[in-house]
Amino acid sequence: MTATASPLRVATLPRRWHFNWAAITMIAPAVLTLLLIGLYPLLFAVSLSFQKFQLNRPADNGMFVQFNNYQSVLQDDLFWSSLGRTMFMLIIVLIVQMLLGIGIALLIDGSRWKLMNWIVKIALVIPIAMTPAVVGLLGVLLFNREFGLINYALSFVGVAQISWLGDPTMAMVAVIITDLWQWTPFAALVMLSSLAIVPQDMVEAARLDTKNGWTIFRYVKLPYLMPGITAFMIIRTADVLKLFDMPFTLTRGGPGVSTELISLYIQRMGFRIFDMGVASAQAILLLILCIILSRTYIHFFYRAPETAE
Amino acid sequence: MARANNHLFNAMTGTHSATAARRRVRHVDWGAWVQLFLLILLLVVLLFPFYFMVTTSLKQQNDTFAIPPKIWFAPTLEHYTAVLQDQAGSVRTGLQNSIVVAVGTTLIALILGTPAAYVLARFEFRGKRDLWFWFISNRFISPIVVALPFFLIARDLKLLNTPTALMLIYLTFNVPLVIWLCLDQFRSIPTEIDEQAKVDGCNLFQTFFRINLPLAIPGVVVSAILCFIFSWNELLFALILNRGSGQTAPVQAANFMTGFGIKWGEMMATGTLIVLPVVIFAALVSRHLTRGLTMGAIK
Repeated sequence: MTATASPLRVATLPRRWHFNWAAITMIAPAVLTLLLIGLYPLLFAVSLSFQKFQLNRPADNGMFVQFNNYQSVLQDDLFWSSLGRTMFMLIIVLIVQMLLGIGIALLIDGSRWKLMNWIVKIALVIPIAMTPAVVGLLGVLLFNREFGLINYALSFVGVAQISWLGDPTMAMVAVIITDLWQWTPFAALVMLSSLAIVPQDMVEAARLDTKNGWTIFRYVKLPYLMPGITAFMIIRTADVLKLFDMPFTLTRGGPGVSTELISLYIQRMGFRIFDMGVASAQAILLLILCIILSRTYIHFFYRAPETAE
Repeated sequence: MARANNHLFNAMTGTHSATAARRRVRHVDWGAWVQLFLLILLLVVLLFPFYFMVTTSLKQQNDTFAIPPKIWFAPTLEHYTAVLQDQAGSVRTGLQNSIVVAVGTTLIALILGTPAAYVLARFEFRGKRDLWFWFISNRFISPIVVALPFFLIARDLKLLNTPTALMLIYLTFNVPLVIWLCLDQFRSIPTEIDEQAKVDGCNLFQTFFRINLPLAIPGVVVSAILCFIFSWNELLFALILNRGSGQTAPVQAANFMTGFGIKWGEMMATGTLIVLPVVIFAALVSRHLTRGLTMGAIK
């Protein structure tokens, strides 16, 4: 799964790096840029989260308010409900996408329709690449109550018109369905690349022992899928925690706040309620969640560049 | 494939009788048709929304909502001319802004990222592991966290509404992406080449620019395309930092939802104009997209 596929070469170049100004000059611009645009704003957000900072009331901005902002976030029902909503969506989306993704990957992997496989593999990329803001707009049209094609298709199986975007529950379902459409292909692609490393002779040897496809999947293929599955889950976790574009154009958090995910809520707090202090505190809490997850992810799945011996 | 091999294997070793083999073949054929059906179904589900967007953008307004939907219709480019010749020129400027931002940030990311990737691939130093983790952990930071303070910084620096602000902020995800994908590529170049270059009197910069960079072009191109796609699609930063004349195309798409009487045809025409370039690019690098999205966890 990591860089081992390419033949590793041990770096035998100059080891007196601390004198190697050329190498430092080459790496320094990237490091400095990321410090400046990645780390500095973060530290700034931390300091904001301890201040009173309202864009529409600049008079007493900058006043140090200790943990007041954090306190009001933790006591804010809307914050917890948007976080809960995000978590609910996360769990549904992870399970469904993973199962569908494995199914699709097995289908393509086991299919002998070479041309069709090739076409489908390219088609899998299209939902992922589509601009999420446009996907949301498209959803508005497809989920429309009177003339949306989804209700039209459902009318054939006798389902009455559903008010997808007008009903709190159905709006959430619509957001989830849209995310499933856009990101299940990603799960399928991850699983496909994982299946590619299953040794064929092992599968064939297993076929001599059993004709049960499930047994072969469970004991021969699944172990090879595990790294991909976990990588997929953690990446999607980070993505759902920051999901903004698609729900923003699809429902804009509505009706009411019924589809307001955590990123939408923080954005509203910062740029429509204009309370940057509280919004920063929320963002920092979200960041802590992200850091925990990313550390877990890195801990389990990434290998640092090989150390030379 | 595997099954076919298995047949061959069985045939060679004679483990199955002829009748069993024949029965098996018929069974496989039946399964193959099911596979084909499922693949076609999958293809329809994957492509339908895209197809629907493109056809809606080509339909006349009164065909748009016809139930049952019109499969055959007289196509019109009126929505495209409407959005592109809008007197405010908003969609056109949006697309122009998007191109400037996406190309600009991609170029800067390549200039910063490729030498850094080369050094990471070739040198050992203390703290390299931490540096590495820090680079890739940028993938996990929610943009909203950075967006709030960056808005205030950009406001003070008078960068709001300029492409520069977006080009800079997009570097937070583009530089790590370039570093990862190119690092892999540089590692696959034999170090003997570097040693030879050194013997021939090249310094490190020359070794990088003249020898390694040309050899790493495939990785560079893939990372450039992925940077372009991610920057082109981005909405949150663009929405917060650039309003008015600096709007990028996704922001304009989002703006369609405000105001009265949504113009569906024009909305879908705008959507098609935004999506078409990235879909084409993505199809070109489809094999590498997974790797780009997972920052290399999966090949």
